[in-house]
Amino acid sequence: MAKYDFYGYKRENSRVGIRNHVVILPLDDLSNAACEAVANNIKGTLALPHAYGRLQFGEDLELHFRTLIGTGSNPNVAACVVIGIEPLWTNRVVEGIAKTGKPVVGFAIEGSGDITTIANASRKAREFIQWASEKQRELCSIQDLFVSTKCGESDTTSGLASCPTVGTLIDKLDPLGATSCFGETSELTGAEVVCASRAATKEVGEKFAQVFRAYQEVIERHKTSDLSDSQPTKGNIAGGLTTIEEKAFGNFQKIGKNAKFIDVLKPAEAPAKGPGLYYMDTSSAAAECVTLQAAAGFVVHLFPTGQGNVIGNPIEPVIKLTANPKTARTMSEHIDLDVSGILRRELTLDQAGDQLIDIMIRTCSGRLTCAEALGHREFVMTKLYQSA
Amino acid sequence: MTTHFIVHDKADTVGVMVVENTPANTDLTGWIMETDETIAVKSLDPVPLGHKIALKDIRSGDTILKYGHDVGRAVAEIGKGRHVHVHNMKTKRW
Repeated sequence: MAKYDFYGYKRENSRVGIRNHVVILPLDDLSNAACEAVANNIKGTLALPHAYGRLQFGEDLELHFRTLIGTGSNPNVAACVVIGIEPLWTNRVVEGIAKTGKPVVGFAIEGSGDITTIANASRKAREFIQWASEKQRELCSIQDLFVSTKCGESDTTSGLASCPTVGTLIDKLDPLGATSCFGETSELTGAEVVCASRAATKEVGEKFAQVFRAYQEVIERHKTSDLSDSQPTKGNIAGGLTTIEEKAFGNFQKIGKNAKFIDVLKPAEAPAKGPGLYYMDTSSAAAECVTLQAAAGFVVHLFPTGQGNVIGNPIEPVIKLTANPKTARTMSEHIDLDVSGILRRELTLDQAGDQLIDIMIRTCSGRLTCAEALGHREFVMTKLYQSA
Repeated sequence: MTTHFIVHDKADTVGVMVVENTPANTDLTGWIMETDETIAVKSLDPVPLGHKIALKDIRSGDTILKYGHDVGRAVAEIGKGRHVHVHNMKTKRW
């Protein structure tokens, strides 16, 4: 067994999952109730209720489909039941997920009503969960692993220690062929020039700059002040962060010192250039960002926090680390790894990076994260603009 | 010896407190990560865990450096050893 090997689920399309969910996926807000009823009938299945899916159009609609299809396609999902109000968009999601080769089936509510739909979908979900429950974990290598990262409720300890711990992990695993992803476009404000310089090629750097400018235009169009009421957040400010620039340089420590990002992804877009570090254009709101990264196929998430963000994701396990000794003490049930020893100079960044790799590999082999144990399942679709 | 505050980069004009409940008028020891140097500053305010302390006298309008980079500007005179936060520092963006 090589260093950093883990036990995962090999899927039909050769991708590797670290969880074995059977998901009951609503196409739209109207179908949440039926999905939750199916998940209640068939134990061990997982409904993913969300707020949208009606009258969206253009790029916003494309993002909706990309997020739903990507979520069902994630290798942490063994099989999927899709329920929508009508059959056409429902089938579009089913066909998208079916490309992975995994079992997927769709049901539409119109013409039969909730109760009949729930009965039919429950029978199929029972079949899927029994099939999935016989899947066995197999030995997988670090090249099979897709890791995403995003930080939240950051404070100055994030930039000093917990974000650089993730950066150390990226620096160790990137040369070994892991695939990784960072995002948070608005929270690079102030560090955008330094970030662009970390692109692997001039073209990728220019693509990043365009995405960054487009996001700034959105902020300029909608802002009513200098954003100091929301960025940094109240939690950030309580933790000592004063400006967005200061927050951005802390955030940016997550990609380490050496790795270069090889492509810029649209929200929820799957990486297509092989192993390496990717940048994804996302909001900096934790649940939105992690939902998009999970929809792009990332299977394990590293989440540094300062003041104690409690986020989880239903399909992508979220590993939390903090360097804030007070947070580690007062919110210990949320913290998978305490790296506050770095601030006391009892722990080096290199040692902390190794500890994070260790807890990540154990999580990949099945260890539940704090967020999973506590039932945090924040699934939040990103919406680009108003519906028609 | 306790490290009371940490400085990212030698050029930085602020450090970050890494211990809790430090009162004003305390002799503090700081560690510059970049160069592995130890420095001393006397606090003039109580500075909470995670909050910034001025490492030199900063004039109103001066750029404040952290990570060796521009992270905002002073909007008041800030004496060495003072607490630096939203009351005397602002973003240059948005």
